[in-house]
Amino acid sequence: MKIIVCVSLVPDSTTKVKVADSKKIDDSGVSYILNPYDEFAIEEALKLKEKTGGDITAVSFGTDKSKDAIKKSFQMGVDKGVLIKTDLTDYDSFTAAKNLADYIQTQNADLILFGKQSIDFDGLLLPSMVSELLNIPCISVVVKLDIADGKVIAEREVEGGKEIIESKLPIVIGAQKGLNEPRYPNLKSIMAAKSRPIEEIAATYSGNKVEIMEMSLPPAKASGKIFLNGKDDVTELVKLLREEAKVI
Amino acid sequence: MSNKILAYTEFKDGKFKNSAFEVVAEANKIAQETNSELVVLAIGTGIENEANSLADYGAKKLLIIDLDELNSKSSQSNFKYSASAFSKVISETAKSENANVIVMSATSLGKDIAGRIAVKNDSSVFNDCTDIKTEGGIITAVRPVYAGKSLISIKANSDKIVITLRPNVFKPHKTEAGSLQTEKTDVSTLNLTEADFSSVVKEIVISSEKLDVAEADRIVSGGRGLRGPEHFNLIENLAASIGAATGASRAVVDAGWRPHSEQVGQTGKTVSPSLYIACGISGAIQHLAGMSSSKCIVAINKDKDAPIFQIANYGIVGDVFEIIPAMTDEFKKVLSN
Repeated sequence: MKIIVCVSLVPDSTTKVKVADSKKIDDSGVSYILNPYDEFAIEEALKLKEKTGGDITAVSFGTDKSKDAIKKSFQMGVDKGVLIKTDLTDYDSFTAAKNLADYIQTQNADLILFGKQSIDFDGLLLPSMVSELLNIPCISVVVKLDIADGKVIAEREVEGGKEIIESKLPIVIGAQKGLNEPRYPNLKSIMAAKSRPIEEIAATYSGNKVEIMEMSLPPAKASGKIFLNGKDDVTELVKLLREEAKVI
Repeated sequence: MSNKILAYTEFKDGKFKNSAFEVVAEANKIAQETNSELVVLAIGTGIENEANSLADYGAKKLLIIDLDELNSKSSQSNFKYSASAFSKVISETAKSENANVIVMSATSLGKDIAGRIAVKNDSSVFNDCTDIKTEGGIITAVRPVYAGKSLISIKANSDKIVITLRPNVFKPHKTEAGSLQTEKTDVSTLNLTEADFSSVVKEIVISSEKLDVAEADRIVSGGRGLRGPEHFNLIENLAASIGAATGASRAVVDAGWRPHSEQVGQTGKTVSPSLYIACGISGAIQHLAGMSSSKCIVAINKDKDAPIFQIANYGIVGDVFEIIPAMTDEFKKVLSN
């Protein structure tokens, strides 16, 4: 099976966000990691390859920095790495989707895996946009995936439960936490990943459909009323919730 | 610039979901503020019987697509939902109605189809928004990014926009109910082909009858301070006393004490209920990212320096095992009066 996994580099989830130029986050001191949801996508690809054979390519759309996401993918065990290189630092979901789709179009892949969202912009749009551009089905927020003889049965998490969805290859899948347990890279693949070549290709599209006018921090919360006497304060607190906050 | 707005509303099990009223009310507000026409669309079975409930929120025209008729266009029978088919239906309806703005709720379904409709109709997408502005007749939006640690104001580079509204943020206000005109759409006019049914939902498994955190207006969450899965009945009782959903921190989900569907936080769900009670949760930055936009936050923790107290509106420092049952009793007492 030919598998493509789309990966991205994002700020670590412990990052305390500061805004620079009112438009983007202040980069200084931020450590970047492989998008956590992408790990589930890569692990699923590795499991499928172990079962049915094939090869796995990790693709990223971004600046040179995105190579780190591909290196982490090598560490987990993917076979090939491709960077669709751009100089743009503020591209929207459509620009990313179009570049990825243009590349994937040339590859004859059976399965395209994404993490369901990237934890920076939380767009949640890439899997469905790419599938639409490629004219193939997409199932996202997937917690279970079964592929046999070109037929796909996936479990997708929704409010209050799961949908069981039937479809077929080729398909785009968005991985959700719980799909699998991503493996820890072993020392050998970590060392090897440093020198493995990453194919670089040029971006094919630019032209955002959405512009960021401003980035800001959420309004600071006024300090709250914190009681220090344990259960003796419960009556007073409940009274405030009822009469002051009016939430009960 | 004149707009025409198509509001897609979710209809399930014989009635409109709460999100439907949020969508109609906000879409109506946008329509009024930009001098635009509003048309509402729903797909389901038995919509005619419930149509008038939308009139109270400003709907004047409702297009109805019968789910059985939609099913009949595919060789696969009896499916409950299909992202590809629903996207096509909504996109074609927007085209035939000349609607350049589509508004939906950012539910699982909405988030699943927003990108598809946008690509089909060459629209910009404002996904999972917490505020919509219409200054000068131009529609812009605000949405959280970095798991809610910051906000971005966005505008469209085209005159076509697909907007999804974060559930439970836009509280629906009733307006003067006018008359509602309903119209049944003939599905043969929607250009559906077999390819549009490329993936279909055959079965829906309800995980439990419990209210999902993503849809709840009140949430009681438990963390490591509860010390073990066997103590979460305290959380469940407190939640039950005020009709709240139960939530959990990542630590207790990873430890296997609670299901992942309850996890609130950066790699769990982002929620914005009217009331969020965090018990035995220290308030790691990733958890805060998932719940900090809750309207009223109450924290209960034995550590007075726990970060959660910095964003709480109210809190009690002390033993959760004493405070939670006392609070449950007090809620029951106050609510029975």
